[in-house]
Amino acid sequence: MIAVSRRRLVVLYLPVAAMLITLGGRLWYLQVMNGTAYKQLASASQTRNIVVPAVRGQIYDDVGNQLVRNRTALVVSVNMMLLSQQSDGGVAELHRLAPLLGMTYKELNEKVRLCTASVPAPCWSGSPYQPIPVDQHVSDQVALQVMEEPKLFPGVTAQVQPVVEYPGPDGADPAQVLGYLQPITPREIQQRHLQVTGFSGVDLVGQAGLEARYDSQLRGKPGTQVVSVNAAGDVTGTVGQAAATPGDELITSLNSGVQAIAQQALASAIQRSRAAGNRVNQGAAVVMTTTGRVVAMASYPGYNPNIWTNGITEKQFSYLFGTGAGTPVMNWTTQGQYPPGSTWKVTSTAAAVASGYGINGTYDCPASVTINGQRFINDGQPSQGPMTFSQALIQSCDTVYYNLAYNMWQQDNYPANFVASRNAPLQKMQKMELAWGFGQSTGIDLPEESLGSVPTRQWLYWLWKDNAHTGQNWCKYGRQNGSYVQRIEWQDCQTGYVWEPGQAVIAAIGQGYVTVTPLQLANAYAALANGGTLYSPRVGEALVSPSGGVLQRINPTVIRHLPVSSYTLAYIRSALAGVVTQGTAAGAFAGFPLNKVCVAGKTGTAQIFGKNATSVFASFAPCDHPRYVVVVMVPNSGFGADTAAPAVRAIWDGIYGLEGHKAALPGGQFPSSLPKVTR
Amino acid sequence: MSVGLRSRGSGIPRGAFRGSGALGAFGARRRSLLASAFAKKGYLRQMDWVLVLVTGGLAALGTLLVWSATEPALRAAGENPHTYLKKQLLYVAIGAVVMFALAAVDQRQFRLYAPVVYVMALLAVLAVLTPLGDRVQGATAWIKFPGFQVEPSEFAKLGLILMTAMLLSETRSWSRRPGLRDAGLAILAAAPLIIGVEREPALGTTLVLTVVLAIMIAVSGILLRWVLGLAAVAAGTLYAVSALHLLKGYQLTRLTAFLHPSQDLAGAGYNGFEAKIAVGSGGMFGQGLFHGTFIGGNFVPAQQTDFIFTVAGEELGFVGCVVIICLLGIVIVRAIRIAATADDQFGMLVATGVAVWFAFQSFVNIGMTIGIMPITGLPLPFLSYGGSAILADMIAIGLLQSIHRHRSVFD
Repeated sequence: MIAVSRRRLVVLYLPVAAMLITLGGRLWYLQVMNGTAYKQLASASQTRNIVVPAVRGQIYDDVGNQLVRNRTALVVSVNMMLLSQQSDGGVAELHRLAPLLGMTYKELNEKVRLCTASVPAPCWSGSPYQPIPVDQHVSDQVALQVMEEPKLFPGVTAQVQPVVEYPGPDGADPAQVLGYLQPITPREIQQRHLQVTGFSGVDLVGQAGLEARYDSQLRGKPGTQVVSVNAAGDVTGTVGQAAATPGDELITSLNSGVQAIAQQALASAIQRSRAAGNRVNQGAAVVMTTTGRVVAMASYPGYNPNIWTNGITEKQFSYLFGTGAGTPVMNWTTQGQYPPGSTWKVTSTAAAVASGYGINGTYDCPASVTINGQRFINDGQPSQGPMTFSQALIQSCDTVYYNLAYNMWQQDNYPANFVASRNAPLQKMQKMELAWGFGQSTGIDLPEESLGSVPTRQWLYWLWKDNAHTGQNWCKYGRQNGSYVQRIEWQDCQTGYVWEPGQAVIAAIGQGYVTVTPLQLANAYAALANGGTLYSPRVGEALVSPSGGVLQRINPTVIRHLPVSSYTLAYIRSALAGVVTQGTAAGAFAGFPLNKVCVAGKTGTAQIFGKNATSVFASFAPCDHPRYVVVVMVPNSGFGADTAAPAVRAIWDGIYGLEGHKAALPGGQFPSSLPKVTR
Repeated sequence: MSVGLRSRGSGIPRGAFRGSGALGAFGARRRSLLASAFAKKGYLRQMDWVLVLVTGGLAALGTLLVWSATEPALRAAGENPHTYLKKQLLYVAIGAVVMFALAAVDQRQFRLYAPVVYVMALLAVLAVLTPLGDRVQGATAWIKFPGFQVEPSEFAKLGLILMTAMLLSETRSWSRRPGLRDAGLAILAAAPLIIGVEREPALGTTLVLTVVLAIMIAVSGILLRWVLGLAAVAAGTLYAVSALHLLKGYQLTRLTAFLHPSQDLAGAGYNGFEAKIAVGSGGMFGQGLFHGTFIGGNFVPAQQTDFIFTVAGEELGFVGCVVIICLLGIVIVRAIRIAATADDQFGMLVATGVAVWFAFQSFVNIGMTIGIMPITGLPLPFLSYGGSAILADMIAIGLLQSIHRHRSVFD
């Protein structure tokens, strides 16, 4: 070896030493001096906070039957996007999976094949990118088997997911009242400042009905789970967790038995009306206590709420929302706006009495009344001479009210009838109607509620202003020399703001511009029946914790007391009892054991130009100490005595159990205490 | 000592002190092979056992780290969690056998077969560039065989070291110092290997080969001005490469990403950043083997191969890392010592090449996991998972052992 090599080899130790020292120094800096910071960095990238959705609260009827059941279940889903990438398109895997789930391969395949024009149902109509739930009720054992063998079952997952069920006790299906749940949209998350759970399809939010109204209480508080993850984002373990707080349980005053009867009664009344040739496709029945608690709400057509789970098909969607089948998704009890017809005469009577017309006076009931050259008939009845208010209500004499309305029109701020003003004084009759809760929200604990319309002078001003000046109809379609309708429209375009005597008189019998919701009508009759207290009705009765403790009682609040003397109210009530025994509803209630339960009510048949009449019956019972109000409104179905009154009779029968129905509320006793519910 | 060496004529080892060497041990048929190997002058007795133990320790540590790095992910995927452990054990076992076998070989045989090794390595490197090569992650560095694959660039290091040592020890100059002509020949011989590896492209190995060649030429004893001159040429080339944009875009990015790792976390900076987190989070004593959550979560890419040091960093902490660096340091120092005491110029140069190889490669590899060197695909000697690398490392140790047995008695 040459010396120079030896010297240079010795020099070689220097860079080697320098390298080793550099590495050691740098390691000291990283691991010892900055170790804590890097540890934090490491744990931050290794953990994820997962929001654990809370178990949603359930909805019960007045005795504790479940109307909505929420539970978590192990759901096996198949990701067909992954399976279809296998060489055989996942056929072998589905063959392995099917017996595990207790199905045949054919059954399983039908669940996961995508719906196309050529594929008949059953098929998956949802997104092909979404794992398709194939079994909602697997046992822990099956779930474990699927999860433990990812090699055998790639693309198959078993996850705990919330499952919503609608047990429908006694056949009650208040689908529109309960509302439905749908995956939350990003916009809703933002609006409600909700946490994102990260699980698709778990963030369900109430979209209508009670589910929407009580969503914040029912949904509970989500928990958080800190999980460790690997670089691929796969969860490898749980580091810590804060349990989710389950949602509150909602007890409603709905009675399943009454609900079921109301649905049946409404449906069969509509069937009968159809058989008689009427083209009916919707209707509503409301049963409530005279203290403002809703006992049943039937909206026809109903639907099976289970179609919301597992993704709704396009066909189901267009059925629910389309007008063809009567728009089943709508709750017609609060969203339907129908003319009340003669049931309206109770407010007209009260208004007349309040305006100084003697309650014990007599009023002429001619066959027709001519006002401003226009003839208004009493529904083809002959002249019946002078009669009391009681007889006018029992016989439902229109001409009595035409005259009253015309007189009041002449005397009640007469010049204001011809002035277009947003501040026009309210007419006394319409003011009375507003006081009974019409034309405004009842404030019920359901998110969707129509207001109906009460034609005050102000209301008319806005109707005219919108239509004649910015809107489309009157001025666009009206023709001075056109058809009847076109001539009216042309006239309305010019002077639509004028509160004409003709409008005043037909408004007095609940027609023309007057519309109400079935709930408003029921609520007003409840006030009439209870002696004059107008409540804001409630479906919810109480929110209770999952362990059963009452968190909040939900009580109907008092809106106001009717500006009607108790004597007048008692007078009207006894007149309405006569309607059933000797008046327009006597036929419909023939044979009803009124001696056991005295039912009072008022028929209504509201004519609409070009359509069949709206059939209405509003009633309460027992006559002397009314506990319940039952209202049925069926548009397009004919006389109130023919369609609505028989349905109401069936409902009363169902409540008390008088004519073959089993009593849903024996003795008419509404449950006095809350049912005990625990999860 | 230099007197003794010179008097003996370092160029050709011959004779007097080499009576019962390895061949002698194998030749003595009266005693059993093992008995003669352990006999007083048996080759096992003559081996550098410190080197053997340190190498064995590193390989054992490496196997544990590979196991720890791969076990969680394999277990999570439902596969045999010992897949990598078993393979690495097999590689180490094969490497150990080869190492002991080579230790028994007369170092002159290496010199004889240096051209053969060189040609084979060159052919293998060139084969990678043909369609025989297997493309993995943007580089064609492997040749696929049924059941296993070979990374020729690992063996290119051996080919280069042996060939360069041979060329630089066959000088005809009167001073026995290699001249510019010898250096030029060595560079010419090395060039196809280096260029071939660069074409794969395997930037890390290219750098190792270049540095090994340069240091071997420097240590071979050529005049200092030629050393400086070659350094100047190298610097000029480096400048030209950067000025003329001869490096590929991703190579530049990777080379410079370590300077500002947080800027490009999605791309080239990710590996470096995650590696630094893994090492840094180990603290003083680490989280214990198999307890590294960052490693367990597979956050560091290639954590069983090029980034094996991150496993040591997180799970063994500063103490474990320093132990590994010290063990590597011992290997390098022993290699330099073996070079210094080598019997001849060839042995000295081979040992020097191996020392530089291990030193530079270890520094670059560990440096890239702790953010002081650019990220280039290089395994950590003895520790990284991979059959070709382990085998090449063990062959190098075998060469060192053989050279050690023929050391100068004056040492």
